[in-house]
Amino acid sequence: MELLANLGDGFAIALSWQNIGLALLGCFLGTIMGALPGLGPSNGVAILIPLAFTLGLGATPSLILLTSVYYGAMYGGRISSILLNIPGDEPAMMTCLDGHPMAKKGMAGEALSLSGIASFVGAFLATWGLILLAPQLVKIALLFGPAEYFALFALAFMTLGGVSSTNQAKSAFAAALGLGLATIGVDTQTGVPRFTFGEVHLYDGLDFLVAIVGLFALSEVFIFLETRHGGSDAAGRKLTIGKLYPPVSMIRRTTPTMLRTSFLGFIAGVLPGAGASLGSFISYSMEKKLVDKEGTFGTGDPRGVAAPEAGNNAAAGGALVPMLALGVPGSGTTAVLLAVLLALNITPGPLLFSQNPDVVWGLIAALFIANFMLLAMNIPMVGLFTRVLMIPSRILMPIVAMVSFVGIYGISGSTFDLLVMIGFGVMGWVLRKLDVPLVPIILGTLLGNSMENNLRRAVTIDNGNWWTLIDSPLSIALWAIAIIGFVLPLIVGARVKAKMHQRRDEEGAISD
Amino acid sequence: MSDRIFGVFGIILAAGYVFAALAIEESFLSDAVGPKAFPLIIAAILALSGAVIALRPDPEPHWPALARLAEVAAAVVVLILYAEMLPVAGFVIATAFAAAYLAWRLGSGPLETAAVGAGTSIGIYVTFHLILGLSLAKGPLGF
Repeated sequence: MELLANLGDGFAIALSWQNIGLALLGCFLGTIMGALPGLGPSNGVAILIPLAFTLGLGATPSLILLTSVYYGAMYGGRISSILLNIPGDEPAMMTCLDGHPMAKKGMAGEALSLSGIASFVGAFLATWGLILLAPQLVKIALLFGPAEYFALFALAFMTLGGVSSTNQAKSAFAAALGLGLATIGVDTQTGVPRFTFGEVHLYDGLDFLVAIVGLFALSEVFIFLETRHGGSDAAGRKLTIGKLYPPVSMIRRTTPTMLRTSFLGFIAGVLPGAGASLGSFISYSMEKKLVDKEGTFGTGDPRGVAAPEAGNNAAAGGALVPMLALGVPGSGTTAVLLAVLLALNITPGPLLFSQNPDVVWGLIAALFIANFMLLAMNIPMVGLFTRVLMIPSRILMPIVAMVSFVGIYGISGSTFDLLVMIGFGVMGWVLRKLDVPLVPIILGTLLGNSMENNLRRAVTIDNGNWWTLIDSPLSIALWAIAIIGFVLPLIVGARVKAKMHQRRDEEGAISD
Repeated sequence: MSDRIFGVFGIILAAGYVFAALAIEESFLSDAVGPKAFPLIIAAILALSGAVIALRPDPEPHWPALARLAEVAAAVVVLILYAEMLPVAGFVIATAFAAAYLAWRLGSGPLETAAVGAGTSIGIYVTFHLILGLSLAKGPLGF
């Protein structure tokens, strides 16, 4: 009952004109960003963060805007998968497998609307999952002391390495790089400057928003310049949609698939280190094993369209659970959302639910509203978004670059930050070439300070005894999961990951 | 080969990081751990993963030809100039040039280049400055 009361309060917050307007704007922009190859959920949200700040939005409205973009991008990614066989963002890559063959058979409209419905089912169920699971996780997290938090952060980094890259050493490198960047600036505990080399601008530390926009958005611009990919992928192709509404029998036939994969996707999203890409991959593979008796998957089977779409949208909702309840994001986009909260001086984690219930429940209510808006946008109005695919990237990318600059300049008004952002852009480009995942770097810069503080608090409380880190059963359990999460993919994961990443494209290849 | 160079670079980076960490002046009021311990742990992970990358390299990534590398380098130079010129020339002028450059290099024709430059710059100025009230760099001309 308390839950429904909370949810009611949430709707009271979310149903203001400003918040509804922001959700609508976010859904619209998110669908466009998801649909355009080269702009995915993480860089789309990254570009918009500085703007949310400079507009002076409070915590709840900013989060509503940005999570609507996140949900919207999950819906939008399927459009170019189905019509062009090019995933609009990484989580949509599995939708190509059956979506595009369906479009070739002249059933593009049915594929689009069916995947829209599947997206809705996935996201809707996952939002309920978030409501039910997050408070339970908060109860566990309230038992955590500094040593357990340190172990939890280690767990996040180690399991992230297990999934996000094909090479564990490279994700460990990325995590260490991010944590190292976080140590730049005045030490919060003793007040001595570290790694500032006398540069006054560095005393406050590097602004993680600058790092995020540089790594995610600018590196994308460099990739496009390098490949000189200036045209539109849709150029010269006729995008016919045809009949827009799927027959009832098709929906009925795919319903069990949607329900199963929503559940599976949600679980994949909640697990640390796994995001929407993994959600859609697992969902598709499982459905294929389970129901594909005639071998129709891959030739335009509607179930093969519904499975990955329900899976990735459910995973997107699931990934919000650890971010809100523990303050530890499991995927690229939720890391970016964490940056929003931190920049607004709100610390996610168990205390968020007791100290800022308005933020949590307002956000959850807004997710429900956004989901209905997205369903409306993505079925009757899908034709509008297919036109967006005609925009060539030689027009789109300059706009992306300039909006990134405006956003960062709007926050700080300093040229120094812009130069740092360019530096991160170049770094992101080189690292992407070398197949080093970017998400651990972001996570490192975001969590570095609180990871170090928890370590030092734990050891100081116990008078300098480092064994205190593995003193309680809870922290031993967390360390055990962390080590298994790191080692297991070394043994069994290589095959799965190779399969999952073989379909990814050069552009827009930031794992989520 | 790329991965071997990258791994060795990681080890050098870790060494530099250790060197800088040891140079941190400790305050006389320190906690039991101090400001050096955490950076040293990170340096160890950095060096270890660098060594593994160098010893077990992945297949060679696809590096662009020299001309394309120069393209990226030129774009970086233009963006740095843009950042430096922003307070000098003002937002509208600087942005128009930077956006036009990027559009040109991505393959726009002359007319489209001019249109993208002017359109992006004025579009952002109107949306973000005039409508949303964001403060952008003011040049000598006031915009």
